[in-house]
Order: sequence, then C-alpha cells, then structure tokens
Amino acid sequence: MKVKVLSRNPDDYVRETKLDIQRVPRNYDPSLHPFEVSREYTRALNATKLERVFAKPFLASLDGHRDGVNCMAKHTTNLSTLFSGSCDGEVKVWNLTKHECVRTLQAHEGFVRGMVVRHCGTSFFTVGDDKTIKQWKMEAPAYGEEEEPLNTILGKTVFTGLDHHRKEGVFATCGQQVDVWDEQRSSPIRSFTWGVDSFSAVRFNPVETELLASCASDRSIVLYDMREPAPLKKVIMTMRSNTVCWNPMEAYYFTCSNEDYNLYTYDMRYLDRPITVHMDHVSAVLDVDYSPTGKEFVSASFDKTIRIFPKDGGHSREVYHTKRMQHVICIKWSADNKYILSGSDEMNIRLWKANAAEKLGVLAPRERQATNYNQKLKEKYQHHPQIRRIAHHRHLPRNIYHQTKEQRVMKEARRRKERNVRKHSKPGTVPVVSEKEKHVVTVVK
Amino acid sequence: MASTGEAVVNPAHVGNKKKPPARYWDEPKEEGKDDNKVGKDGKQTGETLPQKHVEKTKKRKKDEVQGDEKNVISGKSDPFPGSAHIPKDRMQKFKRRDKIKKPPRQHYKLKEMMARSDEASEMAEKQAARLDLLLPEDAGFLEGDEDEDTCTISQEDISDAVDITSASKYFNLKLSQFGPYRLDYSRTGRHLLLGGRRGHIACIDWQSKQLKCEINVMESINDVKWLHSEAMYAVAQKKWLYIYDSNGIELHCIRKFNDVLRMQFLPYHFLLATVSATSFLQYLDVSVGKEVAAICTKTGRLDVMCQNPQNAIIHLGHSNGTVSLWSPNQKDALVKMLCHQGAVRSVAVDKTGTYMVTSGMDKKLKVYDIRAFKPLKSYFLPAGASCLSLSQRGLLSAATGDIVQVYRDVCSTPVTKPYMAHRVQRTVWGMHFCPFEDVLGVGHGEGFTSMLIPGAGEPNFDGLDANPYRSAKQRQEWEVKALLEKVQPELISLDPSELGHLDQATFQQRHQDRVQALGFDPLATQKFVPRYKKKGRSSAGSIERRKRQVANEDLREEIQQSAEDKMKIEKERKEREKKDTLLSSKRSALDRFKK
Repeated sequence: MKVKVLSRNPDDYVRETKLDIQRVPRNYDPSLHPFEVSREYTRALNATKLERVFAKPFLASLDGHRDGVNCMAKHTTNLSTLFSGSCDGEVKVWNLTKHECVRTLQAHEGFVRGMVVRHCGTSFFTVGDDKTIKQWKMEAPAYGEEEEPLNTILGKTVFTGLDHHRKEGVFATCGQQVDVWDEQRSSPIRSFTWGVDSFSAVRFNPVETELLASCASDRSIVLYDMREPAPLKKVIMTMRSNTVCWNPMEAYYFTCSNEDYNLYTYDMRYLDRPITVHMDHVSAVLDVDYSPTGKEFVSASFDKTIRIFPKDGGHSREVYHTKRMQHVICIKWSADNKYILSGSDEMNIRLWKANAAEKLGVLAPRERQATNYNQKLKEKYQHHPQIRRIAHHRHLPRNIYHQTKEQRVMKEARRRKERNVRKHSKPGTVPVVSEKEKHVVTVVK
Repeated sequence: MASTGEAVVNPAHVGNKKKPPARYWDEPKEEGKDDNKVGKDGKQTGETLPQKHVEKTKKRKKDEVQGDEKNVISGKSDPFPGSAHIPKDRMQKFKRRDKIKKPPRQHYKLKEMMARSDEASEMAEKQAARLDLLLPEDAGFLEGDEDEDTCTISQEDISDAVDITSASKYFNLKLSQFGPYRLDYSRTGRHLLLGGRRGHIACIDWQSKQLKCEINVMESINDVKWLHSEAMYAVAQKKWLYIYDSNGIELHCIRKFNDVLRMQFLPYHFLLATVSATSFLQYLDVSVGKEVAAICTKTGRLDVMCQNPQNAIIHLGHSNGTVSLWSPNQKDALVKMLCHQGAVRSVAVDKTGTYMVTSGMDKKLKVYDIRAFKPLKSYFLPAGASCLSLSQRGLLSAATGDIVQVYRDVCSTPVTKPYMAHRVQRTVWGMHFCPFEDVLGVGHGEGFTSMLIPGAGEPNFDGLDANPYRSAKQRQEWEVKALLEKVQPELISLDPSELGHLDQATFQQRHQDRVQALGFDPLATQKFVPRYKKKGRSSAGSIERRKRQVANEDLREEIQQSAEDKMKIEKERKEREKKDTLLSSKRSALDRFKK
C-alpha cells in the first residue's frame, strides 16, 4: 500500500516572527475563484462610487485683484509662478504653492489685454488698451527702485492679444491686424490683414513654430506662416470664435472656443469640417487651454462654469462651478498636468485639480497600485449602465441644469422639423447635413 | 548544466581536435571510452553508433545557437534560449476567452485596442500558467499493492501508515446522547460545526481538537451552517432560524424563516438560502439582515438541497424525482430536470459547476452535465445513497445506510467499485468533505467520524480567498474586502460570466432609436467616392475601375466565407466516405449473399 495524505507544515504558511509580513500563498486556478466577472464588476462599481465621493476639485482661491481678471500667463520654466492681468491695468505675479501674490505692478491704463512669458522665462510681455506693448523683467525691482518696463512699444491701434515664439525672440500681437514683432525693433516685421477689422486672439504653433492661428471678428479663423507675406487660409464659421489653442502634442490640431456655446477642433490641413464638435456649455465659450499631454483641454465659459473635454470627445467629462464664481474669462492648464487655473469676473483666480478625485501628494506604492487598478477597472466597465450613470452624474446649478434641458428641447425640435421637411419634399432635395458641417460657412485660401 | 554548456561551445570532434582540458566536474568516463575504442574491436561498432548520434545533436544545437553566440561577450550561449515552454493543458486551464476574431477593414484604433487587450490577456494566462509550477503542495493519493483493492484498506491501516499529524485527523467522537448529527466545515476547513438532532451544537477547531463552544438549544435541530466566517453560524431549529456566534450566544432569531429543513450559504453573495417544510425557498442577506427573496416552490416538503459553487444557483430535489434549479431573481424554477423514477434523496454539484450527481429512491446514482443538462452516467447502488458529497478534487462520497463509500472519477469513467469504503456505527445523517484537507467528516447516530480520504482536498489554497492559516488580523481584513466586493443577488444567473458579454439586444434597440430620432442611419457605410488623382489618373475609366474594386465588398466576404465553409464540409464528407469504404472493403461473412 502506498499512501500520501495532505499534511502541511504550518511553518511554511505562518510568518516566523511578529516583525515579518504575513505569508500569502497564491493559487490562480480559476475554479478556486468563482464569480470573477461579477466580483470585478462590483469592484469597479465601488471604485466609481468612491471616485465620486472623493471628487473635491476646488483647491484655493487667489484674491487680490481689484477688478475682473482679464488674462493669465503661465511661466515657461517655473511651475509655481502665475501671471494675471486685470481690467484696471494691474498685473500680479502669484506664487501658487504659497497661494500668495509676490509682486504687483500697474502695467497699463485700462485693460490688460494679453500677457505672455518669453520662451526662456527671463521676461514677460503685456499689451493693454493704452496701445502699448511692454516688456517686463522677471525679477521684482530692488528696494527703492521703481517698477519700470524694460521696453515699451507704442502702437497705432489697440492690441487685443499677444503670443511669443517658441524659440526665437519674436512675438505676435493682434488688434486691427496681426503683427509679428522682433524684440529688437520697435516696428513690426510682418503685418497681416485679410479684409477684417479686428482680431481677438493669436497663437503660435508649438511645434511648427513659424505658424500662427488667429480668431477674427468676421467669424473666421485665419492661419499664417510667419515667413510668408500673406496669410495661408481661413475658415469662416457661423459664429465668432473667441480664442484658439493648439494641441501641444499633435500640433496640426487646434481647438477654438466659439460664441455659439460650442468648441471646435480642427485639423489645420482640412479646414472644411471640424474633427470634433464639443458641446455642453450653455453660453458663449470665452477661453480654452490644452493640457500638456494633448489629450484633454479645458474651457471657460460665460455660463460661469469650467468644463474639461477629452480631445476627441463630443461631451465634457467634467464640469466645475462654485456659487461665487462669475463669468470665467480666462483659463490655464498647469504645465505639470495636475491643476487648472481660472480667472473670472469677480476678481478671483481659482485653483482646481485637473482630476477631481485625485489624491494630492506622495502616494505609497500600494496606494498607487490600488489607484491604477481602480482606474483600469473603471475604464473596463465604463459602459455598464449603472456605472455609467454614477460616473456621469454631476450636480449643476439650477439655471445651467434648466438651460441644458432647454437646449436639448430646442435641438430636438429643430431636428424634428428638418426631418419632417425632408419627409415631405422630393428625395434628395433636403440633404442630411451633419453637426460638423453645419457650422462651417466656407474655407478661403 | 555546466558540462552541456561546454559541449556547445567546443563541439568535440573526437579525432581531429584537441581535447578540452579536464575539469573536475567532468566524469572520467571519456577516457575509459577512448580506451575501449582502441582496445576492443568487437565492441567498436556498437559504441560508435551512439557517439555519432551525440555528435549530430551537438552540431544541431550549435547551429541553432550560432546567432546568439555573437551577442554574448564571454562566448557562452544560453543552452535554453527563449522563454520556457508551457504545456498546452496548463495554458488551457487558465484560458478565459478565445482571441477576438478580427473583422476585416476595421478602424486602426480599434484594431490596436483589440490587439493590446489580446496581448494583455495572453500575458496574464501565461504568467498564471508559469506560476502553477511553483505551487508548493502535491495532492494525496492511495495505491494498493498488486491484487489489493484500495477499498479494502481500512482507516486504521491508513492512519498507521501516515505521519502523526495526519493520523490524528482520523478520529471518532462518541456522542450517542443527542444524535444523529449534521455537520458543516467552515470555508477554510479549520472549524467544524456539529448539530445533533436533539439540540446539541458544538463548534470545534477540529485540527487542534479545541472545543470553541458547546450548547444545547433544547429543541430539535434540522440543519447547521457556518456563515461567511467562523464567527457566526446559522441553526435551523424546530420552528425558527437562529443565528449564534462562536461563543454560543444567540444573536438573532429570524421569525421570517420558519420550519427550515436545509440551508446553503453562498459565500460571495453573503446569502443564506433555506428551504422549508412549507415548500418555501428563502434567501437571507446576512450582511444587512434582509430577506432578499421568498419563493414558494409549490412542490411540498423540501429537504434535498445543494448549491452550484460556480454560479450560486440552488438545486432542489423533489419527491417526484425532479431536480429544479433556482435563482433569487425568478419566481419559478430556471430548469426542471426529471432525474429519477422515485424521489430524489440527495444532490451534489462539483466545484467547477460542470457535473451534478443525484441519488434517488430508485437506488440509482446518476451523473449529469449541467451545462448541457444531459445525463452522462447512471450507476445502480444496491441500497441507494442517502447522502452525497463531492470533494474539491472530484471524489464522490455516498452513504448507504451506515456504510460510507467513496468513488473516484464517477463523472468521466464508468466506475465498478469504490475507491474507499468505511462502516460507521449507525445510519449516516450528514457528510461533508473538509476543504483543503484529505478528510471526510461523517455525522451519524453515534456521533461524528473524521475519515482520511487521500486525494480528496485541494492541496494549494489561495491565501487571499480562503486561508486556513490566517491570523485574526488577516481574517478581519479579508472580511472587509469580501464585504466590499459582495456580489449583488441580482447578478445570480445560470451563466456567471454573462455580465462580461456584449449586450447585443440593447445595442440594437438603442441604434434603432437613434436612427428614428435622427432620421438617418449614422453608422451606415458611406458611399465610396474615388479620390481625385492627378496626371490623368482620374479619367472616367479609371474612376469606374476603382469603384469596381470596392464594389460589393461585404457581399464578397460573405460569399468567400460560405465557399470556404462548403469546401470544409465537402472535405469532411469525403474523408468520411473514404473511411466507410475502407471499413466496408473488409468482407463480412454475409457478403457472399449479396448480389
């Protein structure tokens, strides 16, 4: 007779001393782990619920401006510095880690319209309603010295926007026309006009650094090459665009914020229809900024909310609002992809988390592992109705909630009417126009 | 290993080259061989053959490795290049799904996503299969000598032959006063709960033989069951259902559950399923203390019950010979199977949820495949089995009167005699295999017997699921984790992986709604418009030709597929015919009468 009976030595399964960690022998045999899918689903559901529980995006409010915040600029080399310009011509420099203002200067008379930091981070430029471009030193003046700009250029007309070249000492302004300036000279090296009287924003392409995009008041977005004397092409839309922002990773895409409550992502090469229409705002969109990863962007709107959109998603994944925040004029996504800064009408700059439920600070390895695992679970089960409902639910202020509803009703009515018209007319006479094609009037080259 | 490495680097052509310097790990055989070669002519031919063979293999190995050799500075090469081979059956064990069949002409992003997910799942399977090799324990076994039946080996013999700790697992508890006894092992297999018919309850840490609590409820007891951990257990008493803690303190008396005869605990759902004499099947959620479902089965007194551990479906045996399957989400049975001609006496389902074993008053023992609901085997037991229990590794124990018989491989091969047999003092009342141990617990009129059944228990437990050696702290942590991932009772269905499938019906419905709302189909394939090409390549003719290239592409694929299928069927048919003709070519004795 040969016999063997299971007989385990407890020493192999129990820790030796109290200082050891517990032994956990694993056996991945699927028959020992029944209900794999349903347990994983339950975990995903819990993770989604916890995400909503921990979603506390608002971090801090930076107050100190005496008028509405009109423009902001990120420091190019320093994460913790922020520049903001207000409607009374005051510029403030903020230390974000300490949540305090480190420097205040009266830059202009009237609005500060645009600000930008030089690519090397040694100085910054401001433009204002007083028709001047001013260059300022990064360091505060020493004790007893007066706050003086390094350089002042007096222009002919009011400037409304400003952007700096990525690599060279060249910057562009917009106003009556788009001007490209050399830092060393007091007159523009290039001046572009294309039959319009005013521009609201200009942006350099971060990769193809000689390219520029601008939004004009004749509802068009115009593309330029700095090396050419004439503009490249423009697309005319049904409503005016307020600002434009290039995708920093795929720099042939840019997104513009429009007065018709939508944002449009275009491919620079094919302007005849946008790649994506981003809908959700219920009032004009005033500003847009991409995350440094190029996967998402944030938009500020006149409806007192901030929304975060995935770059290829038609609807926002997140909406931020507070009771006190008024019309949001300008928005920036921080260069470390973690924070969002919004400047609004009621003189405050607000600091938000880019990922509402993210835990700030250093994570322990196990904590990080658990977070990653939960993230993956949420992704895997995101389409299940219950999880989807929880993940998508957001509390909205009453007026926005009702306006969204109203918009939906209006849209449905329009669609119904169009469908009926099509039904009762000769086949082919009323073609189906997709949402993307609807908003583009024409492309001019 | 070292010597083989050497051999690869310097392929020893015996005659031509210098011998490598002798190493202490080389056996001195070679010299002897050489001597043989020179000395004895007669044996030379016999010896050269295998040597040639050796040379050949060496050469081939060298050819294989040559590519790698250049990369390594030391000149040594890996004798086992590439990752280790994983046996197919082991890979099969961990296989969750087949590779996604890729439809032609899909979006590049989707293609990428699918490829990535395939890759990830394959990697997980491989890693799990690799880890299988490292499992520390082997299963037990019992083999008789030549012409010795294993069923004649007595428990005393086995306990004499094995080590002391294992021998101590064979014991009898003489409890003749309050019997007969029903019993239950906790999920980790450490704790034993005994419930005597006449009110005696005992909780025992049966390996250390420590008595945790002992009470008498002064009422008749129908069944006892551990809840999720060894801290609480449920007792079905004469009238109501009671819950006690491990110190014997009554925690709850649940008046909603009356006349309970049998209970099952669904550990991942935290549900206690009970059946009663009033033909009610009730589910109690023990984590929140709520009754989840009460189903009137309308089939009379219910005292045969078991659960399918794979999908948490409850199997009930009835007096008319049917077995019915129940979930808490449906008011009537999911499935009813006519299994026996008499009443069903006992039902058991194996760990993988594939086989169901039933025994009935018609003295038959039947095995069913419950995925296909098909009978597989039918055995005749002279006295009929009153109690059935399946172990983790698929051993079946059947009690007929006071004899306990254990069978091996009842599901796959026809069995003629038992693997083991044992006679207890009086009629068997309850019987359970202990999880993760080679032990069968039998409750009977004279008390309790713990038997040694080699090869019954799963040798390797998972520390995060049911760990027999867990500390109090680990148990607490496990409890929190288990409660957090408690599966909702709504998810109980015949197919436990249903949640992972695509909900086609809803998708189609939604698509239809969308088409209706929009007035056109947004997913419809757009008409192909040939791109404009320069240098005269967009002439009317070439445009037409390009259009023709893609015309009816979907239809073409379908036709191609159906043609392939046809070919396959035709091929199979031909092969079958060939076989038939081969068979028929053998002349039978009756062929001479054919004209």
